[in-house]
Amino acid sequence: MSYRVKRSEFDDILSKLQEDYKIYAPTRKKDKGTFSDTDLVLYDEVSSLEEIDFNSKTKYSPKEIVFPITQTLFYFNGDKYIEAEDKGEKVLVFLRPCEVNAFKRLDKIFLENGPQEDIYYKRLREKVKFVVMECTEGFDSCFCVSMGTNKTDDYSLFVKVTEDEVFCDIKDDELTDVFANQESTDYTPEFIQENKQQVEVPALEDITTDLFDSEIWKEYSKRCIGCGRCNTVCPTCSCWSMQDISYQDNENIGERRRVWAGCHIDGYTEMAGGHDFRTTYGDRMRFKTLHKIYDFRKRFDIDMCVGCGRCEDVCPQYISFVVAIKKLNQAIEEGKNNG
Amino acid sequence: MAKNPYIPSAVEIISIRPESEVDYTYRLAIDLEVDNGQFVEVSIPKVGECPISVSDFGDDYIDLTIRHVGKVTNQIAHLEVGDKLGIRGPYGNGFPIEEYQGKDLVIAAGGTGLAPVKSIINHFYRNPEEINSLTLLLGFRNPANILFADEIAKWEAADHIDVILTVDEGDEEWAGNVGLVTDFVEQINFTDLANKEVVIVGPPIMMKFTSLEFMKHNIKEEQIWVSFERKMSCGIGKCGHCKMDDTYICVEGPVFNYTKAKNLVD
Repeated sequence: MSYRVKRSEFDDILSKLQEDYKIYAPTRKKDKGTFSDTDLVLYDEVSSLEEIDFNSKTKYSPKEIVFPITQTLFYFNGDKYIEAEDKGEKVLVFLRPCEVNAFKRLDKIFLENGPQEDIYYKRLREKVKFVVMECTEGFDSCFCVSMGTNKTDDYSLFVKVTEDEVFCDIKDDELTDVFANQESTDYTPEFIQENKQQVEVPALEDITTDLFDSEIWKEYSKRCIGCGRCNTVCPTCSCWSMQDISYQDNENIGERRRVWAGCHIDGYTEMAGGHDFRTTYGDRMRFKTLHKIYDFRKRFDIDMCVGCGRCEDVCPQYISFVVAIKKLNQAIEEGKNNG
Repeated sequence: MAKNPYIPSAVEIISIRPESEVDYTYRLAIDLEVDNGQFVEVSIPKVGECPISVSDFGDDYIDLTIRHVGKVTNQIAHLEVGDKLGIRGPYGNGFPIEEYQGKDLVIAAGGTGLAPVKSIINHFYRNPEEINSLTLLLGFRNPANILFADEIAKWEAADHIDVILTVDEGDEEWAGNVGLVTDFVEQINFTDLANKEVVIVGPPIMMKFTSLEFMKHNIKEEQIWVSFERKMSCGIGKCGHCKMDDTYICVEGPVFNYTKAKNLVD
């Protein structure tokens, strides 16, 4: 069912939805950017259309909703372990098709990989509904079309915001009531067809261990500084570490939680006794690149990278992931010509 | 609701046995179904958690041989009999010991690499009829670092087990072999090659060069088995730390046939 809603009436719909859902969307925080006179665009709770920034890419992805930066798993009380409570909040999140597809990648790791589901992820994930914002222009660093993540049909609500109206396509029966008095229309969601950047990911059979030693990675040993920003902003980076803490006022009590981890950051592979595996930044770039566009696909049949371009947006060394993939393609070609 | 995979059981330490200056075997009172070569996640509340391979097990206990070198294990050093450790698991695969039945099995272990294979050795020590022959090639850094010395003596005394014990560096009292594990591969009986299976566990570089040494003696890749040790936070394929290529060491490993292991690059 599709409806056209006057902008002035959309806030009523949001407030009705807020009775059941927490609503998250991209928001613009004036002057909160890293540099002076810059804004910070990030996901936050909203209650009105005005607060939602439909025209900018957030610095961080919406993955925190299902995979918080730090998440308490359970509490210690003496010898007892007490599972952290599930708040049980239902969530509506405004996002783009690439980000819906990013959730599918997180699902693979947390729900499908290994012998059992991750209950902490699952209980948050089950309560999330998607409100997809029509995105037909993209941004400079995007390459979702190349990754096949420019489209999605997994949404409760799809919105296109114009100067006066919000066009809404509803797929979720639980949301139809709030649109009851709105004018129906025949709006069909549209998706971006071409990005400014394009890249072809290599075929699985073209990746061999010979490429692990390729010269192309050495450049990144010099350029990358291992800050891990690319990991933290990535909507599909799903790694984490276990962390215990105790409370200062009562040492018997504490908690075990998981915190985000990143494969570019020192310590990611370090074991007790100091044995470390990927010590050069080039090796870490190779590990991340192949995970995003090769070995994840080998395991789950879809690429992990969704082409949102956030890693390029935040890299202090201006490392472009698209360029890295292109260099890899070039190395594959050279290998074929020489072999 | 499905059982929470991250919440450990608090398990009592029933004995602590020193193996060397820094290695101790903790026997824990827990009835756990373990395969040879699997690991558990061991934790101390408010300190942290780490993966440790099970060095032996019985109906109502597991043994963990732990070197006190890390954040968690250095705290374990302060525990006494009667204290508790958090345990969850076991995780990973084990060695396919049914494939070793009737074979000439060689187990080459370097240092703490002996821990994850000790239960296999003891299995075939107790059940000599299940195996054609068992050869152990055990290497340690120095005589003080030798683990499970009395069990090694027990294996040496068994008719069906040959033991080659070596240390990288001897001392004044050491009258035994000195040299790397790779130096002693040639002492192994390489007749009836087709009936051999070779298990190699130790530091990455030891596993690599020992495998190559065995292959020089015409042992095929398919006949070699290794076990990997990596950083892990979950043990169930979620945290990402142990992944190599598309393989999760905690789920598909830690035990791999060499045909697979040779393609796993960190």
